[in-house]
Amino acid sequence: MNNLNVAKIQLNGDPYKINAGTNLDKLLNKLKIQKNKVAIEVNGEIVEKNKYQNLILNKGDKVEIVNFIGGG
Amino acid sequence: MEDIFTIANKNFNSRLIVGTGKYKNFKETANAVKASGADIVTVAVRRVNILDKDQPLLMDYLDPKSITYLPNTAGCYSSKEALRTLRLARDMGGWRLVKLEVLGDKKTLYPNMIETIKSTEVLVKEGFEVMVYCSDDLIMTKKLEDIGACAIMPLGSPIGSGIGIQNKTNITLIKEQSSVPVIVDAGVGTASDATIAMELGCDGVLLNTAIAEANNPVLMAEAMKYAVIAGRKAFKAGRMKKRKYGSASSPQGNLI
Repeated sequence: MNNLNVAKIQLNGDPYKINAGTNLDKLLNKLKIQKNKVAIEVNGEIVEKNKYQNLILNKGDKVEIVNFIGGG
Repeated sequence: MEDIFTIANKNFNSRLIVGTGKYKNFKETANAVKASGADIVTVAVRRVNILDKDQPLLMDYLDPKSITYLPNTAGCYSSKEALRTLRLARDMGGWRLVKLEVLGDKKTLYPNMIETIKSTEVLVKEGFEVMVYCSDDLIMTKKLEDIGACAIMPLGSPIGSGIGIQNKTNITLIKEQSSVPVIVDAGVGTASDATIAMELGCDGVLLNTAIAEANNPVLMAEAMKYAVIAGRKAFKAGRMKKRKYGSASSPQGNLI
């Protein structure tokens, strides 16, 4: 795979490599995360679940995937 | 006798709200929540652990369809952080009922009321139902109610301190002037503290550490369930007048 096919993004604060053209649905599949259990922000904006498929990630994008954990 | 607890037009049976933090594991969390009888649990919003894909999820142990998740903003020290957190929480599953908590001091975890009020205003405008963790200051709690908070949640004492309700007078005054539910949030250390909150007339109690850090969390959860019920019934029953001197319980006549 040459570098043109790989894009470096920031995922939950850490560098992460994806294939060029990866959308949010594909990213979640790769991470084995169910979309109904998380919320996603790309570059500070919340992405609605029905837009995961159309949102293609680009080099340098900052992606945050959050879920619920125990808390008081 | 039915005694329904209503928050933002939703009815609940239990007046005890429990947190889900600080437990050994999710199994213990689920067992404690069950024993507490709570209908509402607070949950935090955090980054997914990307590296450990097999990490268990809270939702696998506490089904949000059968118990009400109350997303919180624990750990937020500014309005901006709190708003971001709750907007994400809403996106996760449509949660509109949320707990706002904007902290002002790392040592005491005392709320920053200026940021709290700012955040409440924005959240109410965005359609959230906001239950607000706040100081036990009746000017602040009045303001929160005026701007649309659906529940006022003054601290009994600092979060996780377990030293009970430090200012009963303020809690009573806040309850008297409020037309939305008043829930003591933070400071409860053991069952009697929860009972006191309810005896003061509060509508509910929110606690976490008192259960999670007990030697036997599940047993303490059950104790809290009964403590809240006992305090509520005592409040509704109306306590006897206090007297300075003794008053015999047995009839004084016909003594042998």
